[in-house]
Amino acid sequence: MSLPLSLPELSPVVLARIQFAFTVSFHIVFPAFTIGLASWLAVVEGLWLKTGREVYRDIYRLWVKIFAVAFGMGVVSGVVMSYEFGTNWSRFSAKVGNVLGPLLGFEVLTAFFLEASFLGIMLFGWGRVSRKMHFASTVIVALGTLLSAFWILSANSWMQTPQGFTTDADGMLYPADWIKIIFNPSFPYRFAHMVTAAYLTTAFVVGGVGSFYLYCKRHVEQAKVMVGMAMLMACFVAPLQLFIGDAHGLNTLHYQPEKVAAMEGIWNTEKGPALRLFGWPDQKAEETKYAVEIPKLAGLILTHSLKGEVKGLKEWKPADRPPVAIVFWSFRIMVALGLMMIFTGLWAAVLYLRKKLFGSRLFQLWCMAMTPAGFIALLAGWFVTEVGRQPWVAYGVLRTADAASPVLGPYVALSLLAFVVSYTFIFGAGSYYILKLIGKGPVAAAETVPLRQSFGARAPFAEPSETEG
Amino acid sequence: MFTLEHIIDLPSVWGVLIATAVFLYVLLDGFDLGLGILFPFAPDDKARDRMMNSIAPFWDANETWLVLGGGGLFVAFPLAYSVVMPAFYVPVILMLLCLIFRGVAFEFRFKAGKSRAIWDNAFHFGSLGAAMMQGMILGGFVQGVKVENNQFAGGAFDWLTGFSMLTGLGVVSGYVLLGATWMLMKTDGPAQAWARRAARYVMVFVAIFMGLVSLWVPFLQNEIGARWFGGHFYMLLPLPLVTAATFLALWFSLKTGAEYKPFILSALLFVLGYIGLGISLWPWAVPFRLSLAQASAAPASQSLTLVGALVMLPVVLGYTAYCHYIFRGKAGDEHMY
Repeated sequence: MSLPLSLPELSPVVLARIQFAFTVSFHIVFPAFTIGLASWLAVVEGLWLKTGREVYRDIYRLWVKIFAVAFGMGVVSGVVMSYEFGTNWSRFSAKVGNVLGPLLGFEVLTAFFLEASFLGIMLFGWGRVSRKMHFASTVIVALGTLLSAFWILSANSWMQTPQGFTTDADGMLYPADWIKIIFNPSFPYRFAHMVTAAYLTTAFVVGGVGSFYLYCKRHVEQAKVMVGMAMLMACFVAPLQLFIGDAHGLNTLHYQPEKVAAMEGIWNTEKGPALRLFGWPDQKAEETKYAVEIPKLAGLILTHSLKGEVKGLKEWKPADRPPVAIVFWSFRIMVALGLMMIFTGLWAAVLYLRKKLFGSRLFQLWCMAMTPAGFIALLAGWFVTEVGRQPWVAYGVLRTADAASPVLGPYVALSLLAFVVSYTFIFGAGSYYILKLIGKGPVAAAETVPLRQSFGARAPFAEPSETEG
Repeated sequence: MFTLEHIIDLPSVWGVLIATAVFLYVLLDGFDLGLGILFPFAPDDKARDRMMNSIAPFWDANETWLVLGGGGLFVAFPLAYSVVMPAFYVPVILMLLCLIFRGVAFEFRFKAGKSRAIWDNAFHFGSLGAAMMQGMILGGFVQGVKVENNQFAGGAFDWLTGFSMLTGLGVVSGYVLLGATWMLMKTDGPAQAWARRAARYVMVFVAIFMGLVSLWVPFLQNEIGARWFGGHFYMLLPLPLVTAATFLALWFSLKTGAEYKPFILSALLFVLGYIGLGISLWPWAVPFRLSLAQASAAPASQSLTLVGALVMLPVVLGYTAYCHYIFRGKAGDEHMY
């Protein structure tokens, strides 16, 4: 058997693709985590304001530090993205700039500044502004992360399902209808899917850390709140994600049928195709080898009927097909992790009803193992949708091969190497410091010096009761 | 389709807007990059902690202006963006890598134990490298880049010249001046006294580099020379005169106990230098190859984003000011959160 993922020769386009895939994969992990974490922190701080229970404050003070590290890494890796469009994909930028530029511009104007500015107050304003103002800052940062997701997912969705534009003779795109561009057909589904994924990612991290504390019998009071809130998400939101994902899949079937064919490893157009649980899609042989199948099921899932027709990959010329194996396997990894999340929620519900949610050692170990589940599922999902769009960068409009910059291969290769080395180092260090913070736990977090002492000036709005911790 | 094309000169308005965004970036990130360059030379660890604390709440928002500068260029002048970025591929990537290392240093430094030295170095060399690269990109940009068929057509190291080395050093010393005067404003005691000495020392270099660059620029292109020494000579004469006067005022303010004035005067020097560059380069989006009008996005795209920018930028400036108000006063040396 020849290796289906035959190594393509390393042309500048391929190198630029690897570089973009690497930097964006590294980047997306942090926004996803911080989208979920910001919203959760807003809820926790709100609960603290409402109930006055110190356990919420302790939790907030621990996780806001983790948030700061993750947000910092998200910012610096995000600045790279905004320049990479130009350095590596200049022909893409020139051709679609008229349409996509404003979306990214609005992201910076409405979201980035908001997040970055109020983050300062969120991190350093404790004891320096009133409790309500601090809470408002947390809420604003959370809203900022969601707004940012709104614009960037609108732009990405437009690349998947472009509409609302005209093209001139040189292949330059011009906007024709902004509403159609922003609210393109796949956007609502992708936005809902991504935000839910971000919330679940965070929930499983919080749940995993809480379970670790419970397992070690440390910070038990705080850990119970963490696990309890995380399991609420697993119980209700993980199943919801299944429905959102299903709706998103149907939308993709309508607008990008070859992507769905690749996800399912379907080569021939079939009525009521079988669900290939596992297999090895072979791009050259045009078949999914060693497939383990459940008859009719893929047809049932995709068309919601037993006899529905699903187009196979052979309907498209080989040059127009995405790399099937990556899409096929990424999709399976994502779905498997999603099902494991739903299972976690069910298990938690059963334990809760038996009043053993915080007592089962086995469940604590399981939750600890599930800590990275969201990150992996999220990356796998993005691999499905981005690789599945190939060979297009803007589906049906501009091919990836025609989008790259006129930059020489060696420079792209060297910069790729530099990114890999630096990101590995920084990611390693960042993960280490986050683990260190988790190791210290929430109680130590409450003992830090308030900012009021750090800045010489008197805190203008601080009430005496707030200056502690 | 909504467009403001017939009401205002969109390319010029956007040219001014992006120049303003880049300027705000230079001013705001300038002081925190400058502080990073000064960092290892500070008298003691206590002063270093205070330096770090004085910018920790702001650096993130400061860097967002860089995203607006790059993003804005993409939005308003996609053709210029797609020519300039490949032309400066090497320095842009190096700048980004430097910014990554100095950016994470803020968070990592306070969390590191024995490895703190790594992040102190990352902060210093990251700041220095980013400043140098920004200056060299500026120099390369002013020299002009090779364009054929609306694409960059030069070599990967066209930007690396004596002139760009000079602008690189100029920007580094300018940022150090901003950093030193910021520190003067945000600290007291020995740290402040040290910052004042550093500012006085570095302002000499700023004057030398600004002078050299100003003398060199008119000879880069006949067009620039003609603009400065042609019919408008007397109209433009106040600019160098006011700059010289500002240098003098800065020199004297550093001899007094003034805390805010040196920073404001340093910022004014940046404004003046920037206006000088603007006069030399107007109306080019990519100097001497693509004008603002030629490089412009579709009027509909420029119009929509312009409305957004005109609504949002005052809001952004408003809450930026609010954050500076919240964190006004002197910075301490304790771990902040």
